[in-house]
Amino acid sequence: MIGGVFTPFHYEFFRNGLVVATLAGTLCGILGVFVVLRGMSYIGHGLSHAVFGGAAASAVMNVNYFAGAGIWGVASGVIIGRIARRRIIGADAAIGVVTTASFAMGLALLNRYGQAQKSIEAVLFGSVLGVQTIDIVAVAAVTLVVIALVVGLYRSFLFATFDPEVAQVSGVKVALIEALLMAMLSLTILVTMRVIGTLLISALLVIPASVARMLTNSFAKMLWISPIVGAISAFVGMYLSFHLDTSASATIILVGTLQFIVVYAVAGLRGRARIAGLHSH
Amino acid sequence: MTPGVLVECAHISCAYDSTYAIKDVHFTMHSGDFVGIVGPSGSGKTTLLKSVLGSVKPVHGHVTMRPGLRMGYVPQVESVDWNFPVTVLEVMVMTRAANGRIPRITKDERESALDVLEKLGLGGLHNRHIRELSGGQQQRVFVARALFHRPELLVLDEPTSGVDVRTRHELLHLLADLHDEGVSIMLTTHDLNGLAAHLPRLVCINKEIIADGAPAEILTSDVLERTYGAPMEVLMHEGMPVVLDHGGTEVARRLGGLS
Repeated sequence: MIGGVFTPFHYEFFRNGLVVATLAGTLCGILGVFVVLRGMSYIGHGLSHAVFGGAAASAVMNVNYFAGAGIWGVASGVIIGRIARRRIIGADAAIGVVTTASFAMGLALLNRYGQAQKSIEAVLFGSVLGVQTIDIVAVAAVTLVVIALVVGLYRSFLFATFDPEVAQVSGVKVALIEALLMAMLSLTILVTMRVIGTLLISALLVIPASVARMLTNSFAKMLWISPIVGAISAFVGMYLSFHLDTSASATIILVGTLQFIVVYAVAGLRGRARIAGLHSH
Repeated sequence: MTPGVLVECAHISCAYDSTYAIKDVHFTMHSGDFVGIVGPSGSGKTTLLKSVLGSVKPVHGHVTMRPGLRMGYVPQVESVDWNFPVTVLEVMVMTRAANGRIPRITKDERESALDVLEKLGLGGLHNRHIRELSGGQQQRVFVARALFHRPELLVLDEPTSGVDVRTRHELLHLLADLHDEGVSIMLTTHDLNGLAAHLPRLVCINKEIIADGAPAEILTSDVLERTYGAPMEVLMHEGMPVVLDHGGTEVARRLGGLS
């Protein structure tokens, strides 16, 4: 029995996949706080599509994947931020327009010059079994950079997210903060997309932060709870997927969703109890 | 820059998408001023205010600010998401973004924030989530956040919009106290009788400045008609102008509310 519990850890591919997925859960959990509070829940899905466009373009032009897709993703993020700030159309529409255009361009390039079907599936679901050391190093490095930036510029990130107009007047460089956030998101997607796929990235950017939001009214606590929920979802999901022989991405999302349902139910009960308490006084 | 001048907008024009919001506006904010900007919706009140703050750049003319001027800005209450997960204390302290390298609130920051909250009648509410406050308390939290910056010039965008009479009185007293302490104040408002008529200086604007001076001098039927494009009557009550809206009295007569 004990042997069965530890069996997956005997395999290097599983250990590598587990490390990358858990790191990705932590990373997306941190950035997800900003994504959810800014009402940009589709940014993960959108930017993954944009990065796919960049990856396709760099393959066709014979440019390094990380450089090509990275620049493309950051540029798309900055354009989305700029369009959303002008407020002629909302952030959701800006994400839709920029990222689908980028995706379509990538698809057209692959149709014309490469293997479209195979690449799209790889982008959507990733390949957690094919994790290489370079993937672990890249995800770990981006996680460290994101933690350093979020801790170092904590109040600027908080102020620019809560009240960008007053933040600007108070001396916060709001445009720079937004560009940094988009750059961090694009980098995150860039280093995790090949491994865990866009569906899981989108889920990890939204579910842990939403769970954290229901558990606390403090921004600082959200920044702690959300990455922990993301890491637990990824770790438990990866482990269960081995035993249940299910897709790693799908199992991680389902573990996250289960936490969401439990917290949603408990938060609802707590709210009702508070209202009942008010009536009895 | 002339001594005593905090901000000077020299013949500025601002435009959004090729439409002028204000045109050739000359406005000077002196140290010790308490100014109200009034005008109809879309008249450029908020644009003038944002030009003073430096967040809107003029297409013509220029804005000069006294070097090192500390400004506090109180936006409209509706401008933020009140479900955002922050407590009153966190809202106060986030203004010190430049010194806030780490998430933790220092003892000094906490003490000075609590002092400001106490002064504004918000003592004991620092750990409350912002959604749990009343409309008047939310407005005062915004004022407290601006004061935490120790501003020389306090700029408020429609501070009495959507608040009840009692809250409006409290806010007026608070602003008068701050003015007595030496804070210069500039605000926009739609409330002619409840707020604007009480201020020492008033600016009537409709794309351009129609009048600038003490309410008793500039609140006349002619100025108000040119500002609002509608007939208005002004009565004097205990030395203070009271504006009557002709359109309102006509409707009341039609509906039988007036004999």
